[in-house]
Amino acid sequence: MDPASLTIALAGNPNAGKTTLFNALTGLKQKVANYPGVTVERKIGLWDVNGTSARLIDLPGLYSLETTSIDEKIAGDVLLGKIDGIDRPDVVVAVVDATNLERNLYLVTQILEYGIPVVVALTMIDVFEKQKHEIDVSRLSESLGINVVPIDAKTGRGTDALGDAVSTAKGGPPVRPIDFANEAVDDGNSKIFSRYKFISDAIQDSVRHNDRDAHRVSDKIDSILTHKFFGLLILIAVLLLIFQTIFTWATVPMDLLDAGFGSLGDAVRTGMPEGILTDLIVDGIIAGVGGVLVFLPQILLLFLFISVLEDSGYMARAAFLMDRLMSRIGLHGKAFLPLISSFACAIPGIMATRTIENQRDRFATIMIAPFMSCSARLPVYTLMIAAFFAGQTVLGFISLGAVLMLAMYALGIFFAVIVAFILKRTVLKAPPPPFIMELPPYRMPNVRTVMTNMIERSWMFVKRAGTVILAISIILWALMYFPRTEGTSDAFTRSTDGTAQAVTLAESDQLRNSFAGQLGRVIEPVIQPLGFDWKIGVALIASFAAREVLVSTLSIIYNVGKDANEESETLISAIRNEKRDDGTPVWTPLTALTLMVFFVLAMQCMSTVAVVRRETNSWRWPIFMVVYMTALAYFAAFLTYQGGKILGIGA
Amino acid sequence: MTTLRELPAGSAAKVIRVHGDGVVSKRLMEMGVIPGTEIRMIKSAPFGDPMQVRILGYSLALRRNEAASIEIAAMLTSRV
Repeated sequence: MDPASLTIALAGNPNAGKTTLFNALTGLKQKVANYPGVTVERKIGLWDVNGTSARLIDLPGLYSLETTSIDEKIAGDVLLGKIDGIDRPDVVVAVVDATNLERNLYLVTQILEYGIPVVVALTMIDVFEKQKHEIDVSRLSESLGINVVPIDAKTGRGTDALGDAVSTAKGGPPVRPIDFANEAVDDGNSKIFSRYKFISDAIQDSVRHNDRDAHRVSDKIDSILTHKFFGLLILIAVLLLIFQTIFTWATVPMDLLDAGFGSLGDAVRTGMPEGILTDLIVDGIIAGVGGVLVFLPQILLLFLFISVLEDSGYMARAAFLMDRLMSRIGLHGKAFLPLISSFACAIPGIMATRTIENQRDRFATIMIAPFMSCSARLPVYTLMIAAFFAGQTVLGFISLGAVLMLAMYALGIFFAVIVAFILKRTVLKAPPPPFIMELPPYRMPNVRTVMTNMIERSWMFVKRAGTVILAISIILWALMYFPRTEGTSDAFTRSTDGTAQAVTLAESDQLRNSFAGQLGRVIEPVIQPLGFDWKIGVALIASFAAREVLVSTLSIIYNVGKDANEESETLISAIRNEKRDDGTPVWTPLTALTLMVFFVLAMQCMSTVAVVRRETNSWRWPIFMVVYMTALAYFAAFLTYQGGKILGIGA
Repeated sequence: MTTLRELPAGSAAKVIRVHGDGVVSKRLMEMGVIPGTEIRMIKSAPFGDPMQVRILGYSLALRRNEAASIEIAAMLTSRV
């Protein structure tokens, strides 16, 4: 970051428009990291204040600065200049929502106690006036004793005036901290009362409410969206719409990306001399990392939806609707959002648990997040459904595939509930956390905020692909590449003549004799009760890096070439026709179902393990996670297969 | 003692005090649930809990458990 002569902190309540303003002031010149030692997001951008470059620190969204949560503690430390590498702010810009003035100003009264010059950026003033309220900004300024600047972050109106106010505040006389302590009565709450008293005095002359019933629109929307019956129905419909969209829209760019990585691999193979290095780059790195990045369109779309739901105010309603169920299993309504995010990818979901204040509740949420069927499981589900359940219907019109898909999601949720219930009564024992949450008014989502949000979160996914997945891809490639089988290189030489069949045969011979193939045979006795043979075992081992790797590994091992995807007809028929030594088919619909059940529950994602390690700051939790989830997956798969055989299902 | 928990949907009352001295009561007060403030019960969530109230002109969701710590007094006219 460039040296900036000014340091400015941006503070405000959640939903006050702080993020929109931050984006409007800094544009794309921002940098996201963590505060040292904790998992609170540190967002810093450059803001041009009348020609002076200022470093703008976006504090976490806060209602208060008392040190009850980690966010509040960090914000307080920033204002005291106690964070390494960040100067004490010269000016604090406090974002205040005009439609929610009193409560928003509470935080301002706390900031005033720090003795740093404060400028109020007053947002949502258009909404406020549309509700026929009147606000006298200069009078409010006067009674608060600080500059108040009306802002429309969407259009950028008022940002110049905000810059002027910041410059003035910086150059002004030193600010004497306001002390709200009341010595006469001190029961610990008197400070809170005197702050609110200060606020009501300050706004008494400057704000006139002409129409108290300002909530008509939001209340009307709520009368449907949080309705006893329709509210739940709509929540389900919203989730269904999201999944439907992801399954249909995302496939086009996904295929393009897939083809792109394919041609990149081909180009590298053509341009480089044959040998281990080329194989490593093409089959290890490009195929491995590409295989994960293919999911980017789905991740982007899901984050788009989540950002829209958040920014519109619906996410809080979802927490409101679901809190009773979440609290039954000992979790907070706020756990709903991270868990929903985990349907795309557990990584951002686990990172989103940072909003949960109590550590035990947070860890319990982290522990169950990977049960949510993430997008990496979809190729596996899709392949199994395409191979064994395609074209079948339930009740004559509902596709069996869709029902199975929904059943897999439900199974994950079911086990998440059970595990959370147990964890909260044993290792993470704690009373249910309090639920005190604002239900912000419904608003049209801001395009820029939604886009920035979506791109930032997706970038985390890309970074993961660039680091952990890269390493794991190379290890797995080596497991499948060594030891070399005689004749493999001949086959590759011949491949230039176009004999694709020889190549795939050679590939599958190679895999059979590789370390991975040997491992598959070692674990065969263990997975036999699940109906799996050693070939499926090899694919299972490979899938512990990332679940979707199962598809490409099966393609190699069944001689159809590694480029086949989950919709590939050749792969599907190879799976259907695969025979055991006695001539019976390896795969039955029951085997497919068992594999799906295993994939719902098993912890097969190295990057999630790495993130859990970071978020819990110990190896104990990620190791516990891998062990218990995989054990659970094994038993559930065992029950499915053996139970299914007894009942004669899909034999 | 009448608490917010007993307030029927659609009615308003005045906050008398928030009982308890833990993080929860402090957070409630910081969110504006302070003596003398008007509070209106809007509705309960579909499963009966939490509930939505209006205070200082905004909507706050809280569980019935937490509402039970908020002592209220009935009022005849309301402006919330």
